[in-house]
Amino acid sequence: MSEEEKFDCIVVGAGPAGLSAALTLAKAGVEVAVLERGDYPGAKNVMGGILFTTMLDKLIPEFWKSAPVERHVTHRRFSVLSKDGEVAVDFKTAAYNEPPFNNTWTVLRAKFDRWYGDQVEEAGAMIIPGMMVSELLLDGGRVVGVKTEPGGDELNCDCVIVAEGANSFLAEQVGLRQPHDGKHMAVAVKEVIGMPQDVIESRFHLNDNEGCAYEIFGQAVQGTFGSGFLYTNKESLSIGIGSTIHDMKKNQLNPNEVLEHFKNHPAIAPLVRGGESLEYSAHMIPEGGYSHLPKLTMDGLILAGDAAGLVNASHYHEGSNLAMASGVLAAETVIAAKEKGDFSDATLAQYRTKMEGSFVLKDLKKFQKFSQFLIDNPHLLRDYPDSMVGLLTDYFRISEKPKAQIEKEVFDRFKKEIGIFNIAKDLYKAWRATR
Amino acid sequence: MSDDQVVPVEESKLKATIEDKLFLVKYKPDKESHIEVDQAKFKADTLKAVLYICPAKTYELNEETGECMVAFENCLECGTCRIACSEYVEWKYPRGGFGVQFRFG
Repeated sequence: MSEEEKFDCIVVGAGPAGLSAALTLAKAGVEVAVLERGDYPGAKNVMGGILFTTMLDKLIPEFWKSAPVERHVTHRRFSVLSKDGEVAVDFKTAAYNEPPFNNTWTVLRAKFDRWYGDQVEEAGAMIIPGMMVSELLLDGGRVVGVKTEPGGDELNCDCVIVAEGANSFLAEQVGLRQPHDGKHMAVAVKEVIGMPQDVIESRFHLNDNEGCAYEIFGQAVQGTFGSGFLYTNKESLSIGIGSTIHDMKKNQLNPNEVLEHFKNHPAIAPLVRGGESLEYSAHMIPEGGYSHLPKLTMDGLILAGDAAGLVNASHYHEGSNLAMASGVLAAETVIAAKEKGDFSDATLAQYRTKMEGSFVLKDLKKFQKFSQFLIDNPHLLRDYPDSMVGLLTDYFRISEKPKAQIEKEVFDRFKKEIGIFNIAKDLYKAWRATR
Repeated sequence: MSDDQVVPVEESKLKATIEDKLFLVKYKPDKESHIEVDQAKFKADTLKAVLYICPAKTYELNEETGECMVAFENCLECGTCRIACSEYVEWKYPRGGFGVQFRFG
């Protein structure tokens, strides 16, 4: 390829990280091409379905007026399932009905990413779909371009932003990261279930465009380290489960069978009843967090989004927002490097500093011990849900037994199954893990 | 309503089996496989996790030969096999433009 055809920057992957990077670069007049292995942005992209949009609203103000977003989330619900019951914390507020709608939207990624790609192209970036980057081209330890399949074409550039997702082949090629181990990588499967709008709104108690997000632990994933989820779209539900590959493997579980088990739980079945399965998908989630972050830059290369492992795997379950923010910060770093005419690691390392200063790494840092705390204490998600539901089942059971006796029996059972000292210890450890 | 009147129950449109679910997914299959299995190492492995951990049940045991058969055209491209069974599975992305094309995602 001739020198004239060289791009300033090549972005690998048209997801939230890659597209946000490309949009920021294009707005600054940087020549950028996005290479996407699917037939269109979104063709390969899957997430549970909540898009957090603080970054998007800055990039495309009032995006909700034109973007194919589904519902804004006004109702959050966290629960644990036992084998036959459920205990929940349920929160809803009309305060989230005002712009910017708490920056929390349900989306279907194949639709949303395609729209986002269109905006990025309009801003002047080139998106090349149907092209998989098989290899980074190196010249004396410096990344100078990419090789693509099919065809084996080589494209040259000053800098590559790798936003290739959870399967970080390119980051592994240049030694920035090792293949993940199964304890810090989750597999998630999901179904989109079609349902009429009025059924969704009455079944989930929603006004007009309001949506809800249910995160469900315990028996949702058969006591493994993971959770189930259920989100409302306009005319469909996104329902799924995810757990670490380590736990799935150890317990000899098949992800689809765990999802079926979840769908048929007595607390979940009435929510999906009568729906029509529209699509089934699977995806991995890098959950290593702050302590497993790779080196984020090298000469001519920056890692962003899932490829960098930017997922807040606490109860916040945030990934898309971190991906978008990292894409913007990567682009700002490239813009500064271009002005300086220097794409060396020393210059690009500014990216890490920017990330440390933003919510991206501040949040990952805050929760870095939280995942490990749950991994080290499997009884919290495996045994506590059954005990909690069992205690409440006894407490609310109506009989001729005097209430004083019931209270004593329930308290005795609590002391035997959980124990005051143990629960105090677990709560203290949980608090410590998020300091 | 008398007891002998049977109300027809509409067949559930929810899918349960993996075969039914994969039928919902749009694919553009390549002619060449993007997955390789080292059969000797697979045979030597006692757990054979790849047979159950794949969300698309892409891998199946050939009872006669003991080998692992790969229906690569069913792959949902999550990469779980690559993490769970790296000793004997070599998994790459399909070539650009091939494989799964999600309509909802």
